[in-house]
Amino acid sequence: MNANAAPRTTQIALAKARTQDPGAFTLLLRKLGPLGIAASIVLIVFVLAAALAPWIAPYDPDFPDLLSALSGPSAQHLLGADALGRDLLSRLMWGARITLLGPALVILIATVVGVVLALLAAWNRGIVDTVISWILDVLFAVPGILFGLIAVAIFGPNLMTVVVGLSIGYIPYVARVVRGAALRERNMPYVQAAWLQGQSGFGISLRQILPNVQPIVTAQAVSSLGFAVVDLAAVSFLGLGVQPPTADLGLMVKSGFDSMLRGQAGEAITAGLAIVLIVWSITVIGDRLTSNARSIR
Amino acid sequence: MSQPLLEVDDLRASLVTKYRRLDLLNGVSFTLDRGEAIGLVGESGSGKSLTTRAIMRMLAKGFRTEGDIRFDGESVLGMNRERLRRFRGTDVGIIFQDPRAHVNPVHSVGDFLTEALVRERGVSREDAERRAVQLLDEVGVRHAERRLKQYPHELSGGLLQRVMIASVLLAEPQLILADEPTTALDVTAQSDVMAIIEEQRRARGLSLLFITHDLELANACCDRLAVMYAGEIVEQGAHVYDAPTHPYTKELMGARPSIDERLDRLPVLEYNLEIHEELKARAQA
Repeated sequence: MNANAAPRTTQIALAKARTQDPGAFTLLLRKLGPLGIAASIVLIVFVLAAALAPWIAPYDPDFPDLLSALSGPSAQHLLGADALGRDLLSRLMWGARITLLGPALVILIATVVGVVLALLAAWNRGIVDTVISWILDVLFAVPGILFGLIAVAIFGPNLMTVVVGLSIGYIPYVARVVRGAALRERNMPYVQAAWLQGQSGFGISLRQILPNVQPIVTAQAVSSLGFAVVDLAAVSFLGLGVQPPTADLGLMVKSGFDSMLRGQAGEAITAGLAIVLIVWSITVIGDRLTSNARSIR
Repeated sequence: MSQPLLEVDDLRASLVTKYRRLDLLNGVSFTLDRGEAIGLVGESGSGKSLTTRAIMRMLAKGFRTEGDIRFDGESVLGMNRERLRRFRGTDVGIIFQDPRAHVNPVHSVGDFLTEALVRERGVSREDAERRAVQLLDEVGVRHAERRLKQYPHELSGGLLQRVMIASVLLAEPQLILADEPTTALDVTAQSDVMAIIEEQRRARGLSLLFITHDLELANACCDRLAVMYAGEIVEQGAHVYDAPTHPYTKELMGARPSIDERLDRLPVLEYNLEIHEELKARAQA
């Protein structure tokens, strides 16, 4: 049947459908809503500032301009300077790199490992599932941030040890939810049909089950990302993560804490506010993108 | 080479729990020759689907299967994992009642059709796609190339069932198990789909085990009928439709509505388990 031969009503319906198809970008904006769009703009600003820091930061983030130490906002230093006279705006931009990249790595590792464990458990069930679930339960019992601290205690303070440690703490949050969803999918007739086609368990897990649980994986990863930002900043604040003089938002809150006692609250406030804005924007975007109820067709 | 393709001999399946034992198949026996079609009919719960699942060794873990199933002389119950995978994937094809539930909603029709060929049998992507298009064409799917890019939700039930048939034929099996392939479809799609199955079966010389509630349909496209009741085959053969001998089959055939004669009420089957047991006991004595 070709389109020209279709009855006129069908043609009208088709034309209507064509003109009403809003396109992927419009759909995305609609899904985000006003608040989501605002959050996206905030996050994009932070990501751009972090990514372009080497080129657009007004100063070297580690250069001490002792004459401006503890100065407030001025034309020379837009956000002021810290106790060593380092430009706060530049440090904020450089610090955002670690504050964004670190948690992203944490969630990436946790998601990959968590999904693999979940699919293994769901496909094999029986003893494999029991052992994996048991390990997840143990991991659940320990707060994620503690794994970061343990890693630091063993391997010394630096960004990678904290990232790896924290990611272990985030594995169960991904694995538990994905395992449940994968178990449900596993019992669907189409999985059985694929099995009867002669596909392997590995192939079915990867090509049949994973795409169907992907929305849940994404939702879980994004909602964990916000927590990871806070956790990582907390470890830095305690002085156990990134080491000075490297710029990091958590570290800036801590050094700003000392400056505050000397009458200059700018550093702690700007760095703290930046963390809050990043976490808020991630949470809002994640919430909007993963709630199917909000999607308007 | 004169041995039948599929021999089911005294097949028994029971669910065994700590407290009780439930016998669901009580000695099902039949043979299926190459190129032969057998229609398995019987009321709901008589064990038709269970029989196909037992043949495919798809029964859940709590089932105990006894008896013998031989495919081309080889015992299915004795197959190891790898052989079983090949048996399910290439020797036998199964067509389900509800096509929509048996395709992965996130994969396109093309992926669904070519996946097994490409991944498991090392056929190149282009080759597999060409074969898929050709087969879709054969089973009466028009615009086959465009269909490959569509997703299951864009296809109607009848069209999707044709895609399922194409996917089964792609594996080039010798035996097709069709478990009520037309029950979920409307009447016109039903006759189309059955015609396609019939046509392809004859062209390829395949054997067919056809499960249905539709006695006319089974009679029209099968060489033999086997009537199941309470987990056993009470009567089988080419005569069943026209000249049934078993009391249950007689009643079953008598309960069909007729197009020539108007009935206010269809007869209700008098046959029940009690009579069934008594008949069996008498036959043994």
